[in-house]
Amino acid sequence: MNRTLVGLTRHRAQPDRPDGAAAFVDVAAADRARKLVILAVAGCGLVAVFLIAVTVGAYRIPLTDVARVAASRFGLGGGGSDVQETVVVDIRLTRIVLAVVVGAALSTSGAVYQGVFRNPLVEPYILGVSSGAAFGAGLSVMFDVPGSLQVLAFTFGLLAVVLTYRLARVRGQLPTVTLVLAGVIIGSLFSALFSIFQYLGSNEQLRRLVFWILGGLHRATWDEVRWVAPVVLFGVLLIWRWAWSLNVLTLGDDEAAALGVPVERTRRVLIALATAVTALVVSLSGIIAWVGLMVPHAARMIIGPDHRYLIPLSAMLGAAFVIVCDTVARTLTTGEVPIGIVTSIVGAPYLIYLLRTRLVAVSGAV
Amino acid sequence: MLQIRDLSFAYPGVDVLDRVELDLPSSQLCALFGPNGTGKTTLYRCVLGVLDPAPGGTIRLAGVEVRDLPARTRARRIAYVPQQHQPPFPYRVHEVVLMGRTPHLGGVFGPSRADRRVAHDAIERIGIGELAERSYPTLSGGQRQLVLLARALAQDAELFLLDEPTASLDFGNQLLVWRTVRHLTREGRTVLVCTHDPNHVLWFCDRVVVLGREGRIDASGPPAEVIDDDLVTRLYGPVSELAAVRDRAVAMPRLELDAGAAPGRSPTVPAAGTAIRVVNGESQAARRATHDARSP
Repeated sequence: MNRTLVGLTRHRAQPDRPDGAAAFVDVAAADRARKLVILAVAGCGLVAVFLIAVTVGAYRIPLTDVARVAASRFGLGGGGSDVQETVVVDIRLTRIVLAVVVGAALSTSGAVYQGVFRNPLVEPYILGVSSGAAFGAGLSVMFDVPGSLQVLAFTFGLLAVVLTYRLARVRGQLPTVTLVLAGVIIGSLFSALFSIFQYLGSNEQLRRLVFWILGGLHRATWDEVRWVAPVVLFGVLLIWRWAWSLNVLTLGDDEAAALGVPVERTRRVLIALATAVTALVVSLSGIIAWVGLMVPHAARMIIGPDHRYLIPLSAMLGAAFVIVCDTVARTLTTGEVPIGIVTSIVGAPYLIYLLRTRLVAVSGAV
Repeated sequence: MLQIRDLSFAYPGVDVLDRVELDLPSSQLCALFGPNGTGKTTLYRCVLGVLDPAPGGTIRLAGVEVRDLPARTRARRIAYVPQQHQPPFPYRVHEVVLMGRTPHLGGVFGPSRADRRVAHDAIERIGIGELAERSYPTLSGGQRQLVLLARALAQDAELFLLDEPTASLDFGNQLLVWRTVRHLTREGRTVLVCTHDPNHVLWFCDRVVVLGREGRIDASGPPAEVIDDDLVTRLYGPVSELAAVRDRAVAMPRLELDAGAAPGRSPTVPAAGTAIRVVNGESQAARRATHDARSP
């Protein structure tokens, strides 16, 4: 039977049925229960990955000792040995908490950019935001303005995404190809400007600059992580609050407006929030590519495109992914492999898979 | 219900709408008819508040200027059904319909159980219950159009703006969409629908507003009075003639087009079939066709 006529036969069979006579089967509620289970499982997985990562490293610490150290920090019982204290709190926890923050921020902002631009192929790096933020951070290093690091990172990250957006807009439309190309152009422009700093910088400046290109979680101190982490997580929560509006926004400007969503304002708020959390983490970890593209995609395949669930799942998967990559980066060799290299190597097969199986479908074959 | 006065709109360098006047009584199905590029979609975007018309024009909904309504309030009263399209993300049908509840949402965090119930009822009323859990982008064009109608129903607006709802649909689905839209007006909703088919206007609509070239209103009124051969010729050239088939007016294509002849500007007499009786005697071409049909 012709599938398109399913509705027709049904309509004929039950003409003028009074309102609500059909039994109310709340498919959406069943759907939501399933999604909440997925989120709960992902949350447990994240905690497990977090705990395992604390124990793994050049200096192995059993989970019981980790618990003892943690307990002492909260004033419960005696702590572990001094070495354990130092390793757990000052080195590993700092890194792993930062990994959570970086993963959650990049993945959430990736999901936001994909939704706002209605384009499943964008992420902070592709849009030039990461490069812009790194340029801002570089500017702060070169001119040595105290306290300006995050501010400049945010300013230039925002500048980059606004430039990309303006450049890509063709007669009120935002085609996939021009958006990605514009992002590449703006990104490489900021990378080139950044390279000038490397050319001009002193030795110490050079070391700090190179760090932003390779990306890594090893330079951050607890003093930085302590204030960036809550701010970023608060930003992610704010974004989450806009999730329903973001759903509606993905339908397109006219439809979103017709559904009562103030399109331009919502878009600006969401871009500003996504750029802010990206710039904050880039200022601590440098550029870490692909996380913001891969993770929201994987999350969307698992839980569907509804951003009320997609954003928390992206945040948790992203956090777990970056913890794993960072753990690999610090344990693979005796030294330190830059995490950007790990994410790219892990990401490439996934992106190849995406390219071969889904790219044409999701990008409308352009 | 909807009253538009002296509405003009221009994109930079291009005038689109020129002093458009439109009156749409409540509970009626009104067609917006006219060639491509005459500004039908622009007119919709003005009513939806996406575009700001030139000063002086007014768009009133039950006496209230729509530009003065906050976006949410406007969305509770006017629903827009776009042409079916491919969204970038694979939402389920029930999720798409639930988005129609957006202007009614009270809480911070999305729809409540009551909203889901309204969406469910909308799905059932349109008769697409089987599709509720399907992924919207995998549906056929006709099914997507029905989903968008269900979403508008969930939006619970008084006025529906439909943009070529039957474009690219197969024959069965076109009729299904029209039947559904007629149901909507019967329950008291007012519908303005863009369409390109004069037959659909004649058969299904209560009124028609013709948006002619240069974005001016060419004619408006009941379809049987407005749609005639002069109008079609004015808009598209002498491409068809009105005839009656089983007492319904039908715009029949002029048959020499079928024979492969170049479309001429001067009306010529077609080889009228015996089953065709011309009803509209206003135009010269029609009168001649009548004569031919009667003399074997």
